[in-house]
Amino acid sequence: MRTFHLTTPISDADLEEIRIGDIIYLNGTMVTCRDVAHRRLVEEKMPLPVDVRNKAILHAGPIVKDLGNDHYEMVSVGPTTSMRMEKFEEEFVKQTGVKLIIGKGGMGPGTQRACEKYKALQLVYPAGNAVYAATKVQKIVDAQWRDLGMPETLWVCKIADFGPLVVAIDTTGANLFEQNKIEFNRRKEAEIQKINAQVRFIK
Amino acid sequence: MQAIEKYTYTTPTLSPKAQQMRDLMTNYITIVSRRLPDDVTKKLKDLAQIEVDPLQQLVYDTMRENQLLAETLKRPSCQDTGALQFFIKCGAQFPLLSELNAILKDAVYQATQKAPLRHNAVQTFDEYNTGLNIGNGIPSVFLEIGDNSTDIEIYVYMAGGGCTLPGAAKVLMPGEGYEGVVRFVMDQMTSYGINACPPLLVGVGVATSVETAAFNSKLALMRTVDSVSPNANAAKMEQLLETGINNIGLGPQGFGGKKSVMGVNVVNTARHPSTIGVGISTGCWSHRRGKITFDAALNYTLPMNKGVQL
Repeated sequence: MRTFHLTTPISDADLEEIRIGDIIYLNGTMVTCRDVAHRRLVEEKMPLPVDVRNKAILHAGPIVKDLGNDHYEMVSVGPTTSMRMEKFEEEFVKQTGVKLIIGKGGMGPGTQRACEKYKALQLVYPAGNAVYAATKVQKIVDAQWRDLGMPETLWVCKIADFGPLVVAIDTTGANLFEQNKIEFNRRKEAEIQKINAQVRFIK
Repeated sequence: MQAIEKYTYTTPTLSPKAQQMRDLMTNYITIVSRRLPDDVTKKLKDLAQIEVDPLQQLVYDTMRENQLLAETLKRPSCQDTGALQFFIKCGAQFPLLSELNAILKDAVYQATQKAPLRHNAVQTFDEYNTGLNIGNGIPSVFLEIGDNSTDIEIYVYMAGGGCTLPGAAKVLMPGEGYEGVVRFVMDQMTSYGINACPPLLVGVGVATSVETAAFNSKLALMRTVDSVSPNANAAKMEQLLETGINNIGLGPQGFGGKKSVMGVNVVNTARHPSTIGVGISTGCWSHRRGKITFDAALNYTLPMNKGVQL
């Protein structure tokens, strides 16, 4: 477990040495981007109204306080299940040039291909720690696609020391959660056998 | 194309006593959004001491820091404050029974602004967010008339999307037996549980059909993490599943570790001879479940939050 500090804009070289299981703390620009935003870009062919090239997206739907006059306060922000975006992510990375995909839990082969081909990382922020994360958001500098409602709006955040972010897919395409899953499934079968010998309640 | 008829909400006219209950519920929902129940807090502390690797410790440290910040800054500890659910046992003579639905809906509406809670009500098929955190069927209110008393007991639950996703129910043939129940639960752990913010509280329902089993599994999440089923065989299965799922080693956030769950609770009711209904629901580590009781004069107790006053 090594620790890296990155600042946007991020270059390919910045990510070259980083491997799954490493920890990143991020500075710069991060944009919340989840289900409908992915669908709009990939399926509806609507261009993303925010430039995320060499920056980071966060799969999240935050709680934001509207302070009036286009000023907003980040109250509580944490990642949502990234697997829901798997269907779109390869195409999303290709089209947008985003470098860091931050979310919760593992993603699949499409994202692995994208990370390897376009030199990006998939990162996991420990979910549920939304106030801690919100204190790392210095400012909300823009809000786009407001019509999608609070959780789905693209909130453009200026962040400082945002983390810990655990590397789940690296630029070689290695996938921490998929590796874990193989081991989890193997152990599961052994546990089921043990339990099932003791629950023969119907006789 | 016909225009969508938007969901609208008008604050109801409540009796003075109902307003009092609404205000107490508003305050309690706000507290539930930022403070974990005592049993969960204690369990997380215990589990943090068992995990020794730096990555797992980093996760548990972050959780601890987050809960402190939530309390200090008075903010919801997790951004996903769920679609509110209430599981209620109400005495038939509770004086506000007729206003109960209006009280709870308005309490959620008020708490959404006060806490503030996330806007989590999307009207289905019309597919727009009401922006109010209430909608058709949200909050959901499950009411059982318990006895003829004047008291009421309310569980408040906010489950985020992440730990709602593993929810599933199935009707097994009796030939599949309780072994089928075990397989069903264990498979759900490695497929969806991993993303549901472990360590999890796992609720298992056993009954006749999908809705009875699923409902039991949700009631199981209302029990404390260390509680034990009154049925000896169900208690045995709780213990076996807890050990089994822990041995899978999901660890906090699914990064791997010694423990996967805070507990496994089974709630069972009788079944049709031809079926075994099994349901599973999961609660994330940030298990925001509360319990409040009122008597007829609206004196309240908060058995899961020692020292808290509304």
